[in-house]
Amino acid sequence: MNNTQDTAAGEPLIQIRGLSFRRGARVIFDRVDLDIPRGRVTAVMGPSGTGKTTLLKLISGVLRPQAGSIKVADQEVTTLSRSSLYALRKQIGMLFQSGALLTDLNVFDNVAYPVREHTNLSPALLRALVLMKLQAVGLRGARDLMASELSGGMARRVALARAIALDPMLILYDEPFTGQDPISMGILTRLISALNKALGLTSLVVSHDIDETCRIADYAYVIAGGKVIGHGKPQDLLASQEPLVHQFLSGEADGPVRFHYPAVDYRDDLLVQAP
Amino acid sequence: MSGPLQGLGARTLEGLARLGRAGLFLPRLLAAVPAQFLTPRRLARQVFSVGVLSLVIILVSGLFVGMVLGLQGYNTLVDFGSETSLGSVVSLSLVRELGPVLSALLFAGRAGSALTAEIGLMKATEQLSALEMMAVDPFRRVLAPRWLAGFISLPLLAAVFSAVGILGGYLVGVKLLGLDPAPYWSHMESGVDFFDDIMNGVIKSVVFGAVVTWVAVFEGYDAVPTAEGVGRATTRTVVTASLAVLGADFLLTAMMFGEH
Amino acid sequence: MESRTVELWVGVFVALGLAALTFLSVRASNLAEYRDGDAYTVVARFDNVGSLRVRAPVTIAGVRVGRVSAIDFDNERFKAVVKLAITARYNNLPQDTVASIRTAGLIGEQFIGLDPGGAPDTLKNGDEIEITQSALVIEQLIGQFLYGQAGKGNKDGGK
Repeated sequence: MNNTQDTAAGEPLIQIRGLSFRRGARVIFDRVDLDIPRGRVTAVMGPSGTGKTTLLKLISGVLRPQAGSIKVADQEVTTLSRSSLYALRKQIGMLFQSGALLTDLNVFDNVAYPVREHTNLSPALLRALVLMKLQAVGLRGARDLMASELSGGMARRVALARAIALDPMLILYDEPFTGQDPISMGILTRLISALNKALGLTSLVVSHDIDETCRIADYAYVIAGGKVIGHGKPQDLLASQEPLVHQFLSGEADGPVRFHYPAVDYRDDLLVQAP
Repeated sequence: MSGPLQGLGARTLEGLARLGRAGLFLPRLLAAVPAQFLTPRRLARQVFSVGVLSLVIILVSGLFVGMVLGLQGYNTLVDFGSETSLGSVVSLSLVRELGPVLSALLFAGRAGSALTAEIGLMKATEQLSALEMMAVDPFRRVLAPRWLAGFISLPLLAAVFSAVGILGGYLVGVKLLGLDPAPYWSHMESGVDFFDDIMNGVIKSVVFGAVVTWVAVFEGYDAVPTAEGVGRATTRTVVTASLAVLGADFLLTAMMFGEH
Repeated sequence: MESRTVELWVGVFVALGLAALTFLSVRASNLAEYRDGDAYTVVARFDNVGSLRVRAPVTIAGVRVGRVSAIDFDNERFKAVVKLAITARYNNLPQDTVASIRTAGLIGEQFIGLDPGGAPDTLKNGDEIEITQSALVIEQLIGQFLYGQAGKGNKDGGK
């Protein structure tokens, strides 16, 4: 696998080679290779259940693969000790599907949480930092609301502010567009690309929402059946003639992924005499 | 015939696997306990939700159990002409057995199930994963404070249960049934040994507190992260913790009151 | 809930629990009996200790002055060796005090009753009480009674 992105800043931030992961008898990944370039928004797309969230867990070391190498910023994640893993995670922000804010805290304390845990900033500096992060996502005025009082879209924005609180080098987005109304989706899309550009981040977006993802991604991978079935710039992928990629990206009901669940012949089924 | 047997075998294996996970869980939990004393405010909040909020059910139950002991004890003793020893009968029953065991069972139902539900919900909404991703140990921040709170609270609740029960027995025996107050207390004082009875009862409630809270916290952490999974974990907490209390009670009673 | 209120209630809860424990220890148990202070030990040998237990009371004239601290077996003289811990205050017991094993009530627990003698020397730490009376064993009593009755019967019948 080689990088074909233009002038990414040097080595890719995440290099995955030969990744194989099984859950029980199900093969989730089968010798997958991926490169996530620095400073860009990269998307990983695929049908439901292909293990996109599992990929994020493997990258952050929550899960260990059966085989393969995952290098994040030149560190081999699969062999890191727990303390080294924790140190690495301080440089990675993650946005969960539901936001995953701590429900017993308010907005301010949620964003401040990682800062309080891992730094020794004075209260004044802490306050300024948190307010800046909240301002970036447009929720500075909501700082005193309890996490449980927020709508889904607002909760995700607060979670985003929390994810960038420690100025990470990498942000992982787990299905950020799922279940959002058009306005929230638009806000989130704009935030993802704006933050990526402004803070020089590397963003990895995992999603099955084609339109929004292709709008912001600089590069995309399509994963199905445990393998990478296509990768490239979004416009190249959309024009691809490869059947599975085509079916997924154009949302066709039938193709390599069949519409009908396997069953006996229709006519025989209807004509079976009742006993 | 293989169907039900298969199911039984599968469930037994699953139960054993869960027991193994619980065993691996315990050292990680205990390792995070000493750090709790650095955050007394968080610990106090947990003691409140686990201990203080269980006070009402403990007080009411203790009172009723004590009163029933007074009634039943009187009815039985009066046939032997020994109704003056009601005080020691009531207090021995409470301090040795009913206080620690009943308060542990009530605690498992009220506080244990609440703990499992709370932690299971945090797992289902990915809060525990979020903590891991923020390089915060969920054992230190979420699990250990709740365990320590239960461990501290149950012995206190058991003592309150026994004390209120003794007062309940007094109410029934003296106020209702007309016994002399003085022999009620004096028989109790001479019949209840501080080391054999009171301290053993305290030891029992300390063990129960450790076990019940361990089960509750583990089941929440281990729950399947769906609504149904959290519900099942909560039920498992009440059942498992109750059975564990009764089993531990048998073992402890045999050890403590075995030789005479 | 306000942090202050929470902490207040937790304080009340802990205080209540400790108060309950104190109540149980002081008012509902024999804790007082353990606060005897210093005690000295004397030994008494018995043929039969019956159901006497360690920590059973030792009384004089019905008043508790100490407790049984140990019950052992003398393998040479085949007697039970009972150690009595007597509160230091009661240090003028004569050397010829008698130690008897008595029963509280008819079927209550057994304790040691001391009957002071008249000797001038007093018992010191480590001394032995020479005169002892073992526990009454019901079977022996019944046996004596039956043989006593049988004897009387023989005397009458054999006339």
